[in-house]
Amino acid sequence: MSVSSGIGKFDWITIFIYLALVAIGWANIYSASLTDSSGVFFDFTQTQTKQLVWICLSFVLIVFLLGVDSKFYERFSSLIYILAIASLVGLFVFGTTIAGQRAWFVIGSAQIQPSEFVKAATALAMAKYLSDIQTNIQTFKDQLRAFVLIAIPIVLILLQPDPGSALIYFAFIFPLFREGIHFVYLLLGFFAAFLFVTTLAFGDEWVITGILAITLFIYILNRKKRPNLFKYIFIAASCIVFSFSVDYVFENVFKQHHRDRFNIVLGKEVDIKGVGYNTNQSEIAIGSGGWTGKGWTEGTQTKGSFVPEQHTDYIFSTVGEEWGFLGSFIVVALYVFLILRLLYLAENQNSTFSRVYGYSVASILFVHFFINISMVIGLFPTVGIPLPFLSYGGSGLWAFTVLLFIFIRLDSQKHVNR
Amino acid sequence: MRKLLLFSLVIFSGIIFTARLLYLQVFDNSFQEMSEINAVSVVYDIPQRGYIYDRHGKLLVANQPSYDVMVIPKDIRALDTLEFCKMLHISKEDLERILGRARVYSPRLPSVVLPQLTKDEYAYLQERMYKYPGFYIQKRTLRDYQVDHSANILGYIAEVSPRIIEANPYYRMGDLIGRQGIEQQYEEELRGVKGVKYIQKDRFNRDIGPYKEGIFDTIPIQGKDLTLTIDETLQAYGELLMKNKRGGIVAIEPKTGEILALISSPGYDPSLLVGRQRSKNYTELYYDSIAKPLYDRGLLAEYPPGSTFKVINALIALEENVIDESDSFSCHGGYSYGRGRKMGCHRHPSPANLNLGIYESCNAYFASIYRRIIEKYPTPQQGMDRWSDHLKSFGLGGFLGNDLPIGRPGKIPNSEYYNKIYNFPTYKWYSTATISNAIGQGEVITTPIQLANMTAAIANRGYYITPHIIKEIDGLPIDFPEYTEKKYTTISPEHFEPVIEGMYDVYNKGTAKYLQVPGIEICGKTGTAENFTRIDGKRTQLTDHSIFIAFAPKDDPKIALAIFVENGYWGGRYAGRMAGLLIEKYLKGTISRKDMEEWVLSRSLEEEYAKPLSGKPFRINQ
Repeated sequence: MSVSSGIGKFDWITIFIYLALVAIGWANIYSASLTDSSGVFFDFTQTQTKQLVWICLSFVLIVFLLGVDSKFYERFSSLIYILAIASLVGLFVFGTTIAGQRAWFVIGSAQIQPSEFVKAATALAMAKYLSDIQTNIQTFKDQLRAFVLIAIPIVLILLQPDPGSALIYFAFIFPLFREGIHFVYLLLGFFAAFLFVTTLAFGDEWVITGILAITLFIYILNRKKRPNLFKYIFIAASCIVFSFSVDYVFENVFKQHHRDRFNIVLGKEVDIKGVGYNTNQSEIAIGSGGWTGKGWTEGTQTKGSFVPEQHTDYIFSTVGEEWGFLGSFIVVALYVFLILRLLYLAENQNSTFSRVYGYSVASILFVHFFINISMVIGLFPTVGIPLPFLSYGGSGLWAFTVLLFIFIRLDSQKHVNR
Repeated sequence: MRKLLLFSLVIFSGIIFTARLLYLQVFDNSFQEMSEINAVSVVYDIPQRGYIYDRHGKLLVANQPSYDVMVIPKDIRALDTLEFCKMLHISKEDLERILGRARVYSPRLPSVVLPQLTKDEYAYLQERMYKYPGFYIQKRTLRDYQVDHSANILGYIAEVSPRIIEANPYYRMGDLIGRQGIEQQYEEELRGVKGVKYIQKDRFNRDIGPYKEGIFDTIPIQGKDLTLTIDETLQAYGELLMKNKRGGIVAIEPKTGEILALISSPGYDPSLLVGRQRSKNYTELYYDSIAKPLYDRGLLAEYPPGSTFKVINALIALEENVIDESDSFSCHGGYSYGRGRKMGCHRHPSPANLNLGIYESCNAYFASIYRRIIEKYPTPQQGMDRWSDHLKSFGLGGFLGNDLPIGRPGKIPNSEYYNKIYNFPTYKWYSTATISNAIGQGEVITTPIQLANMTAAIANRGYYITPHIIKEIDGLPIDFPEYTEKKYTTISPEHFEPVIEGMYDVYNKGTAKYLQVPGIEICGKTGTAENFTRIDGKRTQLTDHSIFIAFAPKDDPKIALAIFVENGYWGGRYAGRMAGLLIEKYLKGTISRKDMEEWVLSRSLEEEYAKPLSGKPFRINQ
């Protein structure tokens, strides 16, 4: 199974979107880094030059990923997962703390962030587990095992602590749901999130009043069916307890900067100079782009470095400012199209392993895309996670490349496998 | 169903993001502005204001650097208030008040903490300023006056008011603008055009180079230098003569309409309105409601012209052909008209013809010819309008259109005016009702510049050029048609000679015969105007105004002037003396009538001005 014989079967649409996003990413990193740089192109301390090197190296990586026999990924997925977890554990011994997070291995001048790669490893492990003939995801025992598979990296990453990266693992709820876990899990998750947000936004008094009113309303509607009153009281009470606990967690467990980030998005506190600075500056940068933007390297907000972390997490604000609505729309459309394409491909896989893996890739990309863009355009609290393929960073780019191209490799063999 | 969940979530978030982006980027324009405020700062390069010279190239107004202590409130760090206040010589309360105001104005834009340091203060502070982030010293240019007079002509510069900023987007907070005089009238020429630099800022508000490589930047255009028609020597001498007197003097070069001197007394030193004492000094000048130093009497004061008006009535009578030079009228100590009413006159030979009428200033003569003018036509209304039109052709009774930003129209009545006050046609009025106009009292009032212009028109034998004060802009003579075109009066040139002869005889044998200046043939006319004020609501007569008009030399007039000295009693007393002195000063540069100069300089009218304010009964015309 050589690369050359399989070349026609690679999904070129996905590869093209990948290349387009990487190119757009680099162009914007170049622009966002201009101020800090001396303008000398072949200077390997420059952000834009370094990113170009990462991109070139990732092409080498792609050739390697596509060259490996697709059976390799399935066969060694458990080992890869164990190695990945080991690398996270290893951080606590050999890791380096950067910006308060013990998330990096420093080898010479290169920094590697293993948690980026663990996503791909976990996806492989999840695919392997769910495709196992022994596994029945309808049973509670197997559900628990699947959750443990996700929980291990979450706990390790939270310990770094990097809550943003940990949040991404909730993406696995989508492949699990696709493979058959009960709808209630999903519903519970969304309902809890809804209660969480409404409690923070309106205070628990209003939420409790609302819960009681809705419960009473439903009960009266159904009273001819002689419903079980106890059941209603139990559900309402659980909601109320949850609502109280949200308040408690928010006030006592969250750190102040977490609270601030929520409050900004909920519009409760407007302090554009302090905590809301990132979001506000990002909105100004994007908003000042207009229809067609200020032009490449012409963004005044970008040049003035008003948006913090602009070449990494906030790279989309550069797109918004310099390419305007047109450019931002194209980027959003590329992502939407890429994710839909991946879902489509995943659904068409012959093997459960490939399908679950493909579904996991799409979900992970979606959660990154959703959280990152929402944050940059001011719809979500500040969570430090990158925009796949666009944001600066070697580990991130490589990890997403690995994640994506393993699936492209698997997909190229869908007619061969079984 | 399970397949569709993520699928629809992806599409749903795509739609949400697109909608949010549309809102941010397309529908809400506030972000564009915020971005500009945020990232681009505008720096203005204000050019030097033009210099001002007199007609002989003598520098009147130059510029001097000045240093202001500025603050950008948001950049202030921990501040040793006590030491800082000691350094600036201000109290802690003052500093807090100033900083509070600066914060209200804008936390990110500079405000003035302490304006206009002296050079010594600047040198001292400059070295220590680095210790106080947020504060800095800004250089700007102020006026540097080379003369201590002519403030009424020059005007001053001051910070623009919010109203002007609103009306004219050129100006921004803190810009300087010309107020009054030349500074206001020729603001655009003097100021030039400021240059603009757009500077890209980073998040620390540091400059990181020109915005868009400077394609929107403009370079400043230097202010233009102005040469005025004013003769500095004459102006200074005039102001010296007017010291301790109130009134206005306007001197014009008849052939060109150039204003040689424009004196308003009391004046003030223009340097008072520069520097840190500016606002204190301005307040003092502004609230001096008695002497009114900011009130330009040369342009604004409307006085009855008195007997100087007789020359123009003589011209009208000749033009209307109601008299000839030899027609005589007898005068028995005055002119009787109506039912026992009499206009008094002083002792002089009788009967009076035109020549004698002028040089002896005979009231009876002019009352008679005035009646002939008005009564020439079937109705007094027609006569009155005819008379009024002749006067208006001399630039009286309306704005002259001169290039100074202030002025008054004076008043020349017409039939409409008298119809209204006499309630015509219910009641009728005749020439005798307006007889005071014959001798420049009654309803006629003029400003000094109008009367000087009238004198210039007589000197020119029938035309005048609108008086103006601008001679050259950046060294190039002006070519505005309004200041070069001759404006002809309605009087034929041949009628001027007998009247001018009469004015010449005023000096030879008339009311100014003791005021002759050796070697100069001056033509003049005295005027003594009754005037009134209200004291506790009661109309009270004050000492007469001393008025004089003159031009010289007789056959080739180089200077024409009008002088009003408030409450100076008769025309020859103050104004007449000054006229001779000024004419000689201008034509010869020296003074031969030292006795007259000595007399004028040694006298003050302050006592006279104090009388109506004393609250006690007083006597006039002493």
